[in-house]
Amino acid sequence: MNNSNPADQGPLWEVFIQAKSGIPHKHAGSLHAPDAEMALTSARDVYTRRGEGNSIWVVPSHLIVASTEQDAESFFDPADDKVYRHPTFYEVPDGVKYL
Amino acid sequence: MELEERNRLFQEKIDSGQKIEAKEWMPANYRKQLTRMISQHAHSEIVGMLPEGNWISRAPSLRRKAVLLAKVQDEAGHGLYLYSAAETLGIDRQTMINQLLEGKAKYSSIFNYPTLSWADIGAIGWLVDGAAIVNQTMLARGSYGPYSRAMVRICKEESFHNRQGYEIMYGLAKGTKGQLEMAQDALNRWWWPSIQMLGPSDADSVNSSETMRWQIKVESNDAVRQRFIDRTIPQAIAAGLTIPDPDLKFNESTGHWEIGEINWTEFYQVIKGHGPCNRKRINDRRKAEEEGAWVRDAAVAYAEKKLKLTTQQAA
Repeated sequence: MNNSNPADQGPLWEVFIQAKSGIPHKHAGSLHAPDAEMALTSARDVYTRRGEGNSIWVVPSHLIVASTEQDAESFFDPADDKVYRHPTFYEVPDGVKYL
Repeated sequence: MELEERNRLFQEKIDSGQKIEAKEWMPANYRKQLTRMISQHAHSEIVGMLPEGNWISRAPSLRRKAVLLAKVQDEAGHGLYLYSAAETLGIDRQTMINQLLEGKAKYSSIFNYPTLSWADIGAIGWLVDGAAIVNQTMLARGSYGPYSRAMVRICKEESFHNRQGYEIMYGLAKGTKGQLEMAQDALNRWWWPSIQMLGPSDADSVNSSETMRWQIKVESNDAVRQRFIDRTIPQAIAAGLTIPDPDLKFNESTGHWEIGEINWTEFYQVIKGHGPCNRKRINDRRKAEEEGAWVRDAAVAYAEKKLKLTTQQAA
């Protein structure tokens, strides 16, 4: 038999689902599809068979730019020594409320 | 960083309970073991559609038919979640599918048994999906993020599969004498393969120690098997069905059920390709791949045509 060529399975898409209105879209998984429209309908069929979704985004995987674990230390370093960005850094006198 | 140091940090991360993500450094063998496991798991979902698909057109009522159709559809979805999880490790889906079609890839031994009666559909949902849930709940706690997340999603969906199977078995067992016999016959044939499908005993498992050190698996095959046995036997008793094991007994002091000896020769025979349906399953998959080719071709042609139209309009 002739096997299908991996090049013909269509590009990979990442699927993001908003579970209900007002909350952020969250990564659900990925799938292959020849174009955006088919990616969207396949995402509906595969990832929202039980009413899990209010809205779906599909994004070509290769367009996602991600930070890397190797650079994580230096990348996030600028925020590491700024404890004064947290409310717990500040002293609140006894008896003072609503702060 | 030296390889030894990287390995040490990797193990430390795993031991501290953190998940490993796709783009992170991982030992070559961690990647290899996971690719093997996840792709086998994906193939099992897809091949698993065949024995059940066999009964869609013959389901005894419209309700049963709609349920079975939804279940088989879920299995296709599970296959996709798992192929996607494996793809994060650098292999692509079609390559995995081709490995299956060429007979180079393994899938769960259980799907090489035939579904001879309607009660077999009940037995699969109750026993095979029951065993799968116990195993997959364990795998959901594993160290690789994409696999673990796929397992969480799958487990949520599997519980419907498990219940619908038990409902079929229970209904038959409480039905006419003929229906009870049909249910008992299905249990007789599916019980031991379901016990075997959870994998070789810890002492004989070739892959277990490394996968446990890396927390790809967080419990041994025997521990998972025992949980499945302890859960399932009371369900059989409630339905009035008899587990086909003369040595079965409840150990009062441990609180666990103890089963007779497992026929591992049968298990290895089926794994090696000598089960009742190995050849049929692969042939059916190949046929499905060939018969579905025009759909894939049409989808690509449609996407190309649309792209051309949009570019023309833009020009």
